Amino acid sequence: MSLVRLLYHEQIVEHSKKPRNHKRLETANHLAEGHNPLCGDHQIVYLQVEDDIVRDISFLCIGADEVKNCAISKASASMMTRILKGKTRKEVEALFSEFHGMLTGTFDEETVPNNLGHLKVFAGVREFPMRVKCATLPWHTMLAALNEQEKVSTE
Amino acid sequence: MLSRDEEMATTLEQLIPIKPKPREGWDVERIRKDFPVLRQTVNGKPLVYLDNAASSQVPVMVIERGAQYIQQEHSNIHRGVHYLSMKATTAYEGAREKIKRFINARESRECIFVRGATEGINLVMYGYGRKVVGAGDEIIISAMEHHSNIVPWQMLCEEKNAKLRVIPMNDAGELLMDEYDALLNERTKLVAVAHVSNALGTINPIKEIVERAHKYGVPVLIDGAQAAPHMPVDVQDLDCDFYALSGHKMFAPTGSGVVYGKAALLEQMNPFQGGGDMIKSVTFEKTIYADLPNKLEAGTPAIASQIGLGAAVDYLSIIGREKAAAYEHELLVYATERLAAIEGVRIIGTAREKLGVLSFVLDDIHPHDIGTILDLEGIAIRAGHHCAQPVMQRLGLSATARASFAFYNTRQEVDALVQGIEKVIEVLG
Repeated sequence: MSLVRLLYHEQIVEHSKKPRNHKRLETANHLAEGHNPLCGDHQIVYLQVEDDIVRDISFLCIGADEVKNCAISKASASMMTRILKGKTRKEVEALFSEFHGMLTGTFDEETVPNNLGHLKVFAGVREFPMRVKCATLPWHTMLAALNEQEKVSTE
Repeated sequence: MLSRDEEMATTLEQLIPIKPKPREGWDVERIRKDFPVLRQTVNGKPLVYLDNAASSQVPVMVIERGAQYIQQEHSNIHRGVHYLSMKATTAYEGAREKIKRFINARESRECIFVRGATEGINLVMYGYGRKVVGAGDEIIISAMEHHSNIVPWQMLCEEKNAKLRVIPMNDAGELLMDEYDALLNERTKLVAVAHVSNALGTINPIKEIVERAHKYGVPVLIDGAQAAPHMPVDVQDLDCDFYALSGHKMFAPTGSGVVYGKAALLEQMNPFQGGGDMIKSVTFEKTIYADLPNKLEAGTPAIASQIGLGAAVDYLSIIGREKAAAYEHELLVYATERLAAIEGVRIIGTAREKLGVLSFVLDDIHPHDIGTILDLEGIAIRAGHHCAQPVMQRLGLSATARASFAFYNTRQEVDALVQGIEKVIEVLG
């Protein structure tokens, strides 16, 4: 695989261009705002949680222009919303630590059984330390929303 | 062996200005040999360094001067009567003399050594601003300032209950001088403006700005961090009251820099920091401060870095500042033409008077993704808000990609940048 595709996997590019669940969620009962001041990535994650189950989830990029957020953070948020719908709080937290561990190199997704599925396309991001926070921002924001913190920053 | 007097004489001889050697055209390949860092590959591709506005590279001559100081001359300055202290002091003060000539200050004591332009601006804020600015007073800055020429003045305004006024700019990135006129009044205590914008490359009309402020008796500070490395600067001709520059943006090591101030203003100023080297006498009852420049230079400075800055100034005179500037301008024009021709590229900052900086955005693609893919091609650019968030807000952008040039960059490197951008479009477009 070329170095550029290690980071910009086709699936990541596709999601960044057509992000899923990129909208305000009217039924949300949890939300949090995440911001990476270093690169300007800025998102809101909306959650509708009932009986400790994520019934619905969406995200919205914030920014002065049309581009708003980088491809990695957009794709990561998009794919996160796809995988978390219907998951219990426990499952969400387990996925968070697997995803976070994969990106920070503390979790080997190839040898340890896990539920990462399609999210494994983000494994290449760990080779680009400057971009790890782009991929983890939506996840940190989601966790903050779940725990009802007001704002989260990856700085 | 030379006597000490002879040593001093030879050192002083080195201070005599080096006449720029006449040079036909611009032999960029020869210039590149002076910069060892450029001889490397990144991700298997030759390094293309286009992030000079963030920090420039250091030529061998400067590296060797710093190394020579550390190996043979190091000691503390202005202290000992011993041989090494004298050597170190002579070299350090020699660097000040070189800087004085470089910006055409009247006297070398008007050149205060600082860590960089940021510290220079803070020094003026603490030493001058805090002394003269009071409640209800106003400080004027511009819409295109780097955070380093915004935040110190905000801090001062907050402390003194003063007001920060901002000269607006047009969409091209040019200051609206009529609006500036309207801002000036008897409450204005200081004007602080960039000579060249780091995010847009605009060269501001400093002489005009200074002249209009002086009509109200208002002193002007110029942030020269982007200008000093790339264009001749004459502080007497500009008639500015303060001028701050960073060594690391002008081919010297980090930790070096100068803030120039007119002697009369520097003399009025409170010390920036207290400590050794800035005093005449200390008792527990009273301290008498040293004369300029020492009053404003407490503690042991970055001696090797500042000596390096002196050597960088020598280097610039040897290669010829005006020739270097002319070559950089040609390169900017070429790069602007080539980038503007790429579909989807929009150049940000289109002032008529521009220097060395080419900011751009690419349809639907975030500057950080541009920066990462270019890096994989060995090309170093800056992506983000360039420490000028208000500029981004004014232009309705969250970030830009920025290529910035120095006289060691080549047309081939511009071509590589163009190919790199085409690659970005191929991957993400």
